Amino acid sequence: YIVTIRVKPDHSGVVTDGVKHSMNPFCEIAVEEAVKLKEKKFIKEVVAVSCGPTQVTETIRTALAMGCDRGIHVEVSGKDYEAMGPLQIAKIFAALAKKEEASLVILGKQAIDDDCNQTGQMTAALLDWPQGTFASEVTIDGEKVKVVREIDGGLETIKISMPAVLTADLRLNTPRYATLPNIMKAKKKKIANMKPADLGVDMVSRVEVLRVDEPPTRLAGVKVETVDDLVAKLKANGTI
Amino acid sequence: MANPLRREVRQLYKNLLYLGREYPQGADYFRERLNCAFMKNKDVTDPKEIRKLVDCGEVVIKELGTLYYLREYRTMKKRFYEEELLGLLNIGRPID
Repeated sequence: YIVTIRVKPDHSGVVTDGVKHSMNPFCEIAVEEAVKLKEKKFIKEVVAVSCGPTQVTETIRTALAMGCDRGIHVEVSGKDYEAMGPLQIAKIFAALAKKEEASLVILGKQAIDDDCNQTGQMTAALLDWPQGTFASEVTIDGEKVKVVREIDGGLETIKISMPAVLTADLRLNTPRYATLPNIMKAKKKKIANMKPADLGVDMVSRVEVLRVDEPPTRLAGVKVETVDDLVAKLKANGTI
Repeated sequence: MANPLRREVRQLYKNLLYLGREYPQGADYFRERLNCAFMKNKDVTDPKEIRKLVDCGEVVIKELGTLYYLREYRTMKKRFYEEELLGLLNIGRPID
């Protein structure tokens, strides 16, 4: 998340070759929450899923090192991967949730590369499951989940029944760092491999990216010595 | 050096080296400081002393983990949350 982003010369997207990729910060929080729920014995097994080319297995390994039991790598590469968006991922997650008989689907509220904030909501809609989005606190109470959500007006508490989809917000928890001994142990855990076609999902995108541009460069600020200078400059600018 | 301690020291060094890869001032800077720190204590033979030093190392591992978490948390907060909005939220959780 700290890499410098550059727009491709043909304005079709952003340079991703050779750029260091890592797990989406909000998804790290989601993985941490799932592992915490397992440690508290509310859920039996945590499965980490990621969609993309081969490099994606590294991210799944990080999730396994954080405490997930097994991983699923849905292989998407080339043109399909470039066109992949929240809808396709949501369809894949919905198919997997049904196949694995999951009781909870937990993901980050949004990906920091596209800022869509749609995958969780779409997954819930496709499955017809309740959703607890922007979760900053999750408590399991029998067959129900109490979710405290961060919304524009403050905090909202809701109670939804399982199975459900949750999306993690920044203050849900503090994700553990995957240390070397945990990564070594994770190497023994299994990562299953499959293709979207195996799940009956079509990867055709309904969205076409027309153009990608950099945001306008911020002009350098001007320093002034005194308050009178500031007033004079603002007057000259036409601001006051 | 007693055998189990030797293994622990080596494991500690490997763990720290792995964590140091994301150090803000650079992995090389971290590696140099790490090597100096370990070389400074290479003649220690008392197992109790070695145990104490290894525990210090474990604390450093925790500090690094926290450092990385805070860096990520603060970056996300700056990028995604408006200052006024934060005032409305019940901030009793991670500092900052």
